[in-house]
Amino acid sequence: MAEMKTAAYICTGCGLGDKLDAKQLAKVAQREGKMALVREHAFLCSEDGVATIRKDIADEAVTHVMLAACSRRMKAEAFHFPDVAVARANLREGVLWIVAEGEAHDEVRQEMADDYVRMGCAELKRLKVPAGNPNRADSRRVLVVGGGVSGMTAALEAAEAGYDVLLVERAAALGGWAGRLWKRTPSKAPYAEPQDTGIAELAAKVSSHPRISVRLSSTVAETSGAPGRFKVQIAPLDGAAAEETVGAIVQASGFAAYDLAKLPELGGGTNPHVVDQAGLEALARAAGGGPLKRADGKTVRSVAFIQCAGQRDDSGKHLPYCSGHCCATSIKQAMYFKNADPDVDTVVLYTDLRVPGMGEDFYRSAQNKGVTFTKGKASAVEASDRGASVKFRDLILDEDAVVDVDLVVLATGQVANAGVNLDEWTATVTEAEKGDEAARKKKDELQKISVLNMSYRQGPDLPQLKHGFADSHFICFPYETRRTGIYAAGPTRRPMDIAQAVEDATGAALKAVQAVENAAQGRAAHPRVGDLSYPIVRLEGCTQCKRCTVECPFGAIDEDEKRFPVFNESRCRRCGTCMGACPVRVISFENYSVDTVGAQIKAVDMPDEFSEKPRMLLLACENDAYPALDMAALQRRTYSAFVRVIPVRCLGSVNTIWITDALNGGWDGVMMLGCKKGDDYQCHFVKGSEMAHYRLSKVDDTLKQLGLETERVVTHEVAITDIERLPKLIDEYAAKINEIGMSPMKGFA
Amino acid sequence: MSAQQTGSPVVLVVGGGISGMTAALEAAECGRQVILVERSPTLGGRTALLYRYFPKMCHPTCGLEINLRRLRANRNVRVLTMAEVTAVKGSAGHYEVTLKQHPRYVNEKCTACGDCARAVSAKIRNPFNYGLDEIGAAYLPHAMAYPPRYVIDPSVIGTPDAQKAKDACKVGAVDLEMTEQTLTLNVAAVIWATGWKPYDAARIQPYGYGRFKNVITSVEFERIADPAGPTGGRLLRPSDGQPAKNIAFIQCAGSRDENHLRHCSRICCMATLKQTQYVREAYPDGGAKSTIYYIDIRAIDRLEDFNAMVHADPNVAFVKSKVARIALNEASGNPVLHGVDTEGYHRYATEHDLVVLAIGMQPETDGIELPDDIVRDSSGFIEGSTSGGQFAAGAASSPLDVNRAVQSATAAALRGIQVIHRAAGAERAEASHG
Repeated sequence: MAEMKTAAYICTGCGLGDKLDAKQLAKVAQREGKMALVREHAFLCSEDGVATIRKDIADEAVTHVMLAACSRRMKAEAFHFPDVAVARANLREGVLWIVAEGEAHDEVRQEMADDYVRMGCAELKRLKVPAGNPNRADSRRVLVVGGGVSGMTAALEAAEAGYDVLLVERAAALGGWAGRLWKRTPSKAPYAEPQDTGIAELAAKVSSHPRISVRLSSTVAETSGAPGRFKVQIAPLDGAAAEETVGAIVQASGFAAYDLAKLPELGGGTNPHVVDQAGLEALARAAGGGPLKRADGKTVRSVAFIQCAGQRDDSGKHLPYCSGHCCATSIKQAMYFKNADPDVDTVVLYTDLRVPGMGEDFYRSAQNKGVTFTKGKASAVEASDRGASVKFRDLILDEDAVVDVDLVVLATGQVANAGVNLDEWTATVTEAEKGDEAARKKKDELQKISVLNMSYRQGPDLPQLKHGFADSHFICFPYETRRTGIYAAGPTRRPMDIAQAVEDATGAALKAVQAVENAAQGRAAHPRVGDLSYPIVRLEGCTQCKRCTVECPFGAIDEDEKRFPVFNESRCRRCGTCMGACPVRVISFENYSVDTVGAQIKAVDMPDEFSEKPRMLLLACENDAYPALDMAALQRRTYSAFVRVIPVRCLGSVNTIWITDALNGGWDGVMMLGCKKGDDYQCHFVKGSEMAHYRLSKVDDTLKQLGLETERVVTHEVAITDIERLPKLIDEYAAKINEIGMSPMKGFA
Repeated sequence: MSAQQTGSPVVLVVGGGISGMTAALEAAECGRQVILVERSPTLGGRTALLYRYFPKMCHPTCGLEINLRRLRANRNVRVLTMAEVTAVKGSAGHYEVTLKQHPRYVNEKCTACGDCARAVSAKIRNPFNYGLDEIGAAYLPHAMAYPPRYVIDPSVIGTPDAQKAKDACKVGAVDLEMTEQTLTLNVAAVIWATGWKPYDAARIQPYGYGRFKNVITSVEFERIADPAGPTGGRLLRPSDGQPAKNIAFIQCAGSRDENHLRHCSRICCMATLKQTQYVREAYPDGGAKSTIYYIDIRAIDRLEDFNAMVHADPNVAFVKSKVARIALNEASGNPVLHGVDTEGYHRYATEHDLVVLAIGMQPETDGIELPDDIVRDSSGFIEGSTSGGQFAAGAASSPLDVNRAVQSATAAALRGIQVIHRAAGAERAEASHG
């Protein structure tokens, strides 16, 4: 790489030049920041301003650019210099707009701006233009696990976009649950009749597609590697496993029906005339459009459907959730009877009939066919001469009632085939490693239900969110995955019907395609898409403490035989949690490191103990807290001019050395602003803010050793909407520091 | 950087809400060229006007920030705001699209400093608060607006205010000479992510929306609950600005009704359950009561957890009833709900201090002419196109919640890429035969 040549550009537009002494800023950049080139510009983001910078890059061989102007969130289009390192000192949103107006504040305003210029210069000199992950690989083939409607759809959609697909199905044929249906609920207007499943046609398309290779009666015996270079062992049920290389994985491992036998009170497993919805489909297929006959060959003249059987259960015995599709499925099944013979009595017992969207038309159609819908809750199904007698509470008439029918259909729920629960896995492995024999056996048992058998340090399957489903926790990002390049689709991700599974599988196929393209270019995946930086570890300094491998929210780091971390860069999402975790600070990114932040902390001009000018360091999550500060500025809210803000990729990336360094360097306090943690976490890197809180709980000891008050270091959960609250929090904190008094550490640095 | 100049095939995404942004970004992050067209001055769509999302109670602007950062970091997407598609001609892989772009009167030099806003005194109804309050006629739509560029409302053009705005701008960003532009684009595929609009509540005549001030819609309630909204987040009722403490939520307002919207709008049950928690948040001591009038509570999959949580809240009551009509107590300004509680068949006449209509989702394109080959269902949602290269994403395709809209938009992005792949294949085949 060419020799570093630095340049600082001081913008005087947007009123910066009126309220700040630009000459002074330029002097700071030159003398203290040691910038080789310093220019002022009246309107830096203008064509002329940008051209000036471009010219310096071209003619002056400038490699490092420090822009002292507005927030890094602004004018990104104009300030786009991909070939050089760029640091930005936020003088507009960070100083001009948030420091109270008036001459009385001129001094502190200028000092704040001076410091941001110092910090920008200090950071700049430690930045490198990231070159992209060197361990990139470009397998563009997609592995799809599961040959049901979700898996087949994902395979076909990826193939139709020009990607090769390997589809692995455990059963001897494609089709899955949908393949066993007589008809499906309608997906097109007029939403009035059950519709052919189309599964045979889909399976034929998949089987004959030139880009799709299908392996039936096979499972995935092992998954290792990373996006672009996953190694998977495909094991036929009756033969030796063979290794395949794939770039990304769609896990469409489907669901199991909730076990009917767990519902004996509703006749499940005890009464032959009580079936589940799958059982009813089998009867319908046997009838082939004619009158449906039950197990004993008798034509069914009356049927009751019990919705939410073993679902929406608050007793803790059954499934607490709703499987979503079952209301429409029961409507469809009632139509099987009505369409064959309108005189068959069909009653659906429900608490809430859930047929959203166009399902409403399907519901209407069933009502027109004479299907009876009764708001009622079944308490028992007993054997009767006729077949089964259903006792229920009629919620409309508010009385107990009984209906005697030939056949009862229990609408049971979907249970995800999502493999091993990682919490259980980790606990079991920990016990097994201590030599516990029972735990070792349990580990083997768990391994058997694994879908992907990943060799990852953090366990063999995708993390589960809730109720055993491998879903994303993010509303806005349903395909956010905690195992980069591996996407769950269909009912293994969330309970769903065929229509949703088709959309879901198509979306997952897109993400798989995207993952291989990003991996091939050595770029990060969501949410830091396009980030070419990657974690670089200096192994000679590593103490094998395993914190990085344990704390990585994405399971990106494995361990070798000697327990050194093995970074799989394409699995990494560049949050920096490992960097924050590392006690010996051997992990860094080319453009974000212990040094890039540490240098900024050290760069500020620290007033002495008697100045009455405390300095508080704010480490703000760049995803929520930092934008909230920007928006507070946009609204011209003010906060203390004694704080200096440094955005961090995630609070999880905060290394405690920054705090120690700051305190040793005479800073009067450190405030950390991160996202919500816990069950409803809002951290974009899953547990970054949680890890930060955990680490910081240990900072108190450091403070005590230094003889400092523990209140000097605080952490807050903030949301991006805390535009009003955040300046108040800062001011309250500043008042608190004022009350505690100046740090006695000043002057020792 | 213009996608058009690269010569690569382009996916056009119509609509810059969460679905359109998602479709655009997902395709762009696969390395494809995308043009994203939005009719209003900012991206963000309706989700930017929500206070919180169910079931996490997190903030929509949080995801918006991530999407905007993805957008800023990606050179494959070209964004056109204040632009509408007026015609689409051609076939899959080869569409010619005509756009009409309305003048913003502020060019790309704008630094969002706000000098123009301070100079202009005229006010307009604030479209981003559903008209509940006013905003200056030179305005930034909201704090997260993208592009972060001011807009001058056409109503002040030709007035002294316009000149004041121009004079105030130190960087020459105000351009009063801007006119409507017609643009033509050649694109391979079109993704319609045109979203939804709230059903016109005034048409549900018995509920008195528009006649009774204290009958509002669920989207308006979002703005009222939002600290960035017209009441600063305080739950004040419109008639007298007094705190609302006995709030009725009426489900299926317009939905599941053949006289209005025949479909179920899917989101309204969860939206109401969520909004009861706004009431809880505003009165942590439980000093306010929510009553939900419903037919069925449709809280599907793990959203059922949220339903169960709200059912356990002693300050939330559920009444299984389609409210027949609303009358007004003239003295108190309170709406009085009349109907029959179907659980036990009791008649009721219940007074509340505020009524929130859980308003149904209507396709935004309902009543708008779309290209001939677009196929719509009986409710106006877009099913696809006969030419095979146009797709719907998100709430344009079906009433969907945010999570499923994003899922749908991600799928639509792949469908767009498939069109490009097929067109390239066809061209290769042609070249080898030619």
